[in-house]
Amino acid sequence: MSHEILLTQLLYGGAGILFFLLGVWSFISHEPLWRKLIALNIMGAGVFHVLVAVAYRGLDAPPDPVPHALVLTGIVVAVSATALALAFGRRLDREAPEHTSDAHGGVDDREDGTHA
Amino acid sequence: MSSSNPQALLIPLLLAAIGALLFWAFWSGLTGHEGERLAALALERVPESGASNPVTSVLLNFRAYDTLLELAVLLAALLGIWSLGPAAAPYQRASLLLDSLVGWVVPMLIIAGGYLLWIGGQAPGGAFQAGALLGAAGVTLALSGRPNAGLPGEAWLRVLAALGTLVFALIGLTLMGVGLGFLTYPPALAKALILTIETGATLSIGATLAAAFLGGRPRAKRNAEP
Repeated sequence: MSHEILLTQLLYGGAGILFFLLGVWSFISHEPLWRKLIALNIMGAGVFHVLVAVAYRGLDAPPDPVPHALVLTGIVVAVSATALALAFGRRLDREAPEHTSDAHGGVDDREDGTHA
Repeated sequence: MSSSNPQALLIPLLLAAIGALLFWAFWSGLTGHEGERLAALALERVPESGASNPVTSVLLNFRAYDTLLELAVLLAALLGIWSLGPAAAPYQRASLLLDSLVGWVVPMLIIAGGYLLWIGGQAPGGAFQAGALLGAAGVTLALSGRPNAGLPGEAWLRVLAALGTLVFALIGLTLMGVGLGFLTYPPALAKALILTIETGATLSIGATLAAAFLGGRPRAKRNAEP
């Protein structure tokens, strides 16, 4: 494996690991639910970065298709999991007594009426 | 984020340690091995998989089991969303400019989705990308104020959402019934079977994503809003 490919993989995958760590940090240290969700998605993006970096074989060789397939399905699953989590958040907001509803920061306020 | 001092120091330290460990694992994963890898195995058998795009071969043939379960995950997520409450109220109807733009963009997204679905056999593309585009079309419709994001009524929506998993599982079981393994396609039929599964999956993924964006069970009556 040539050095150029290895360097690309390290840069791209290293950035992915950095993304993942930033996501973990944000997930731990921020209270509102929607911030935690964004953090989770950034962690996911980091993992996808690493997988894509692992698959890289240089510009003139086909990439490893196995990690690519995993990332492809992973993205769609991550989006739907986020949607499920948002639905949970909305339900929590609806169930919470008025004075605590700020604790998990309104995830979506559309249900009160139409917004422009 | 009003954390006490030792905690504010501890978290970055722990994260740095985890990061070092992950980077070491990544580094040794890239450089350490000489053995046989899945890539060579997969690329070698692409010609008999029914799709000349290696990613599609992996997705719908070599690891079809995995993809079937991922479609089931999508379905489960949608069921979860539906069980948590009704959909949010529709957005205001968009102004004329955005409205006419949507009239152009949505058909283009649908055509591009169909193209990606077809091209997925031999080039980058396939059910997940096509489904994502269809979902984006639904989101565009919802954002411009169409109630239900252009999706059909609840009865048909249920059929659409389950279609991908259903077609996939039925084909798998049929193959098992005729004596082949679960989702082991006969090479002669592989292309047709993959295309059938992908079409069902595309419709399902698109409908699921758009319905998930609405954030709840579809409302029985359109525009019925307290």
